[in-house]
Amino acid sequence: MNVRLLAFLLFLPCAALAQGFAGLGTDAEGFKVPQRGYQFQFPADHGAHPTFRIEWWYVTANLMGDDGAEYGIQWTLFRSALKPLDSDGWQSPQLWMGHAAVTTSDSHRFAERIARGGIGQAGVTANPFAAWIDEWRMDGPDMDSLTLSARGADFGYDLKLNAQGPLVFHGDGGYSVKSADGQASYYYSQPAYAVTGTLQLPDGDVQVTGKAWMDREWSSQPLSEDQTGWDWFSLRFDSGDRLMAFRLRGARGDYTSATWIEPDGKARAIDDGALVAEPLETARTAGRNIPVRWRLGLPDEDLDIEISALNPNAWMGTSFSYWEGPVRVTGSHSGIGYLEMTGYE
Amino acid sequence: MIGPAIQALASHWRLHKIQLGTLLIGIALATALWSAVQAINAEARASYARASAQLAAGQNDELHMPGGFIPVDLYVTLRRAGWQVAAVLEGPYRTEDRTLRVMGVDVLAYPALPAFSEARDGATQPDLAELLTAPGRLFVRPELSAFLAGRPDLPPVIESDAVPPDLILTDIGVAEKMLGKPGQISRLVVLPVQPMGLPSLDALAPELERVAPSEAMDTAQLTDSFHLNLMAFGLLSFAVGLFIVHGTVGLAMAQRRGMFRTLRALGLPLNLLVRLVLLELTLIALLGGAMGLVLGYFLAGALLPDVAATLRGLYGAPVEGQLVLRPAWIASGLAMAAGGTLLASSQTLWHLSRMPLLAAPGLQAWRGRPGSARLTALCGFGLIAAGAATPLLGEGLFAGFAMLSGILVGAALLLPASLAFLLARFERRASGPVAQWVWADMRAQLPGLSLALMALLLALATNIGVGTMVASFRLTFIGWLDQRLTSELYVTARDDQQGAEIADWLRPRSESVLPIRRTELWHETGPLFLYGIIDDRTYRQNWPLIDAAPDVWVRVAAGNAVLVNEQLARRGSLWTGDRLTIAPDWTLEIAGVYSDYGNPTGQALVSMQQFDTHFPEAPNRRFGIRVVPEKATELAQALREQFDMPPQAVIHQAAIKAQSLAVFEKTFVVTSALNILTLGVSGFAILTSLLTLWTQRLPQIAPVWALGLTRTRLARLELLRSVLLAALTAIFALPLGLILAWVLLSIINVEAFGWRLPMHLFPLDWLRLLGLTLLAAAAAAALPAMRLRRLPPSDLLRVFANER
Repeated sequence: MNVRLLAFLLFLPCAALAQGFAGLGTDAEGFKVPQRGYQFQFPADHGAHPTFRIEWWYVTANLMGDDGAEYGIQWTLFRSALKPLDSDGWQSPQLWMGHAAVTTSDSHRFAERIARGGIGQAGVTANPFAAWIDEWRMDGPDMDSLTLSARGADFGYDLKLNAQGPLVFHGDGGYSVKSADGQASYYYSQPAYAVTGTLQLPDGDVQVTGKAWMDREWSSQPLSEDQTGWDWFSLRFDSGDRLMAFRLRGARGDYTSATWIEPDGKARAIDDGALVAEPLETARTAGRNIPVRWRLGLPDEDLDIEISALNPNAWMGTSFSYWEGPVRVTGSHSGIGYLEMTGYE
Repeated sequence: MIGPAIQALASHWRLHKIQLGTLLIGIALATALWSAVQAINAEARASYARASAQLAAGQNDELHMPGGFIPVDLYVTLRRAGWQVAAVLEGPYRTEDRTLRVMGVDVLAYPALPAFSEARDGATQPDLAELLTAPGRLFVRPELSAFLAGRPDLPPVIESDAVPPDLILTDIGVAEKMLGKPGQISRLVVLPVQPMGLPSLDALAPELERVAPSEAMDTAQLTDSFHLNLMAFGLLSFAVGLFIVHGTVGLAMAQRRGMFRTLRALGLPLNLLVRLVLLELTLIALLGGAMGLVLGYFLAGALLPDVAATLRGLYGAPVEGQLVLRPAWIASGLAMAAGGTLLASSQTLWHLSRMPLLAAPGLQAWRGRPGSARLTALCGFGLIAAGAATPLLGEGLFAGFAMLSGILVGAALLLPASLAFLLARFERRASGPVAQWVWADMRAQLPGLSLALMALLLALATNIGVGTMVASFRLTFIGWLDQRLTSELYVTARDDQQGAEIADWLRPRSESVLPIRRTELWHETGPLFLYGIIDDRTYRQNWPLIDAAPDVWVRVAAGNAVLVNEQLARRGSLWTGDRLTIAPDWTLEIAGVYSDYGNPTGQALVSMQQFDTHFPEAPNRRFGIRVVPEKATELAQALREQFDMPPQAVIHQAAIKAQSLAVFEKTFVVTSALNILTLGVSGFAILTSLLTLWTQRLPQIAPVWALGLTRTRLARLELLRSVLLAALTAIFALPLGLILAWVLLSIINVEAFGWRLPMHLFPLDWLRLLGLTLLAAAAAAALPAMRLRRLPPSDLLRVFANER
């Protein structure tokens, strides 16, 4: 989600520092901006793009434990460039932030890491693929076969990810528009990883299997001035279809976008205005009212579903805080997925 | 009954306004000095605490590399193994006339610092991009900001009150450039939250040493001794002030005996009377205490800048020069005043509570009995013996101060008996009735004056002791400066390259060029500065060694041995023949120990060749230049022109010496100020005692007057008596002061600073002090003597008519 880009800029350690960045959503200050018609180059584009302001490698997974319980995990690496260049040493403008979480129906554990790229504490290389911050890693010979690990004070995980389908490009061939003003990002996903591995929890290890979804996105000017937050869905239906959908909330009205992904990976972009996203119920978490039950509709796809959080308290109390957790889907289609919500104060 | 009783008690003070004033001044002086010292200490400690909070220091374990720095790669290795640590790079940053400390933290990992988040009113908010990328930003206090402003080689400065004084706080990326330490980390702070399943540090980085926050030598520990010193001074002044209170309260009670008797005869219960007197004293104490607090506040405000300068200069301790009024300080000051007054009056109150209803209001009944004098002397002996024995029981500052107080108080208690003994001797030898009378009269006066004389003894002894200590220190320090600062010129180049060019240019133009290179290491005793020196006769001839093996310089030059400073030797018990581990793989035998009064930290010297092998990246920008003194100025000028250097980059030896001495003098400004104040208070104590005695002098003087001595002659004798007693006390004070000086130099200094100083004697100072004492005694006696001279004969005659 592009909007996370702005989030990263706001993430930085002290709130006061962040204020200087509040206006960054609107101008690119020498950074490159996404162009329609861009031809992706792989594996190079799996790596970092330092001349763009913001970028992330975002993995979420819905897992089932050998104890019969449902689990959600998150592994995210954000890159934020203070200036459009890369250099060695402490003063490199490339900053990195990692977020990791394990969610169950009654617990939500998370951790955060912040590092500088210039000294090798965090970074991404494309070939062979490796993304890391501190001891958290996502790496493998290529994007189709990855190992994923992270640790927090009270959780950890080691997972193997194997792609079961092709990459999916959102919007116009990976050029994903984010507002009526034309702000956009490069955005593609690998929505079909099969996952096996181990979760380390305070009560002991749990063997898990399940499905994961990876988002790759980078940009330099992600948001319109009036946009204050977003709701983002990645859903896997029992039919084998998948849906990526988001709603950017703005003073001048919402901006929506979605991608319908068929079981074989064929993707269909759904433009602004088609998605109906309606909060049905809020829960009080971290002192805010967060919508934890939603109605989602896409009339053209005969989609009318209800989405409910596995754990309403999946609040990421990180430097920049937001809600992110696994969801269940019922209605015209049933399934599971992940939901992210920001900007609820 | 209570109302009239209060009126009666109060009437005394209305009639004796000077007495009331004396009492108030006594309490105020005692409180003022004590609370001034308390305020200074509290301010300093608050500054340390504030600095700790501002730097988020002293809360977490730290990782150090014994004998070196931590490379950035090792930090990344630790991080990529999961260890949550924050990098800090620290070091001194020299400008032409100040040495500042740079602390560079990894802004992204280090615990949140107020300086980064709290911008000053009106100042621009620090921008993370500006902070983290070149050139970066420096955070300093406003006063330092003015000092650093406009230096082209420094990043822009952001003012913040949340930075300790004399510190430049910045990102580690800026610090490594300012300090010339690329890729180096001084220490790693172990953050409180660590991930699960962390690999052990021993496996990852066995060379690192983990230090708990309490073990790291912090400012508070380092300066404890200094504050203890101040506190001892404060207590001494308080005690001297209480002597005044004791004397005045005793007099007031004596004068009111008749009133008490009358009140009781009128039916006022003894209990109530005692309680009323207690109330009265408490009120006076609180009033005097309040005056003292005001005085103390201003005194502390006047002294604090110097104390702050001392603490910064000596320990690098971050003390701000501004005083804040603290409620706890007011409360404790008033409590000390009330407690002290009641303590000083306790004997008097005790007598009052036991006074028979119709006791004669004689003054002699107030005095101590011979038995008690003997007991006092015995106590004195006991205390001296106990004090002298303390070093056998334990070491350390407290033992030193216990020893001092034992000897001082013991000697004070012995004073009356000793004086009485001497006076009896003089009396026996005296020829002529007047002389005999003078000696006998002095002896009779002793009990009344003894407390004031004790106070004088303490003040004089302290003066001599502290004076000797400071003067010895000064003499040693100047000698040491001459030894250490032998080069005629000191040059600081812009960078290493210019340094090399300058050295090449200077070689044919000077006798020798001595590079000054150093690096900051970590030793188990705390920070350790390692210097590299070349083999030069300058060192052989001048270096102030206090302990050395034969052919020490040959061995150091050959790279087989190391020299350590006295601080390191004492702290680590590392003397000639022991081995010093400089780096994990580098241990050398200690060939000698040198004295070092410039700083409290440990230092070591090795040959330049060895230094360069281990620390090739250490800056090589500073040089000492040996040249014929007459040519120094000419060479300095040529050097500045040749390399286009600012004036402060080439400094004459004399200028450095003057600077060092100025720092030294500042260090002891407070000590001397307290010294003089104590002496002043004790002079005042004599005055009050003499005034007290005055009322009872008439019955003693009247018969002598009646026998034919004129009032003028009697007045002169009064003066003489006072001066004589003071002189005798001063003579007693001399050995006591010298003992004090010895303890200060050999015990307290070693504990407080880590060096032991040779003691020098300054007889001229003693003579001046004696003169001052006699003058003070004469001045104190002048008022009563004057009164005597002007006393109407009828008053003297009246003595024979009735008792008063």
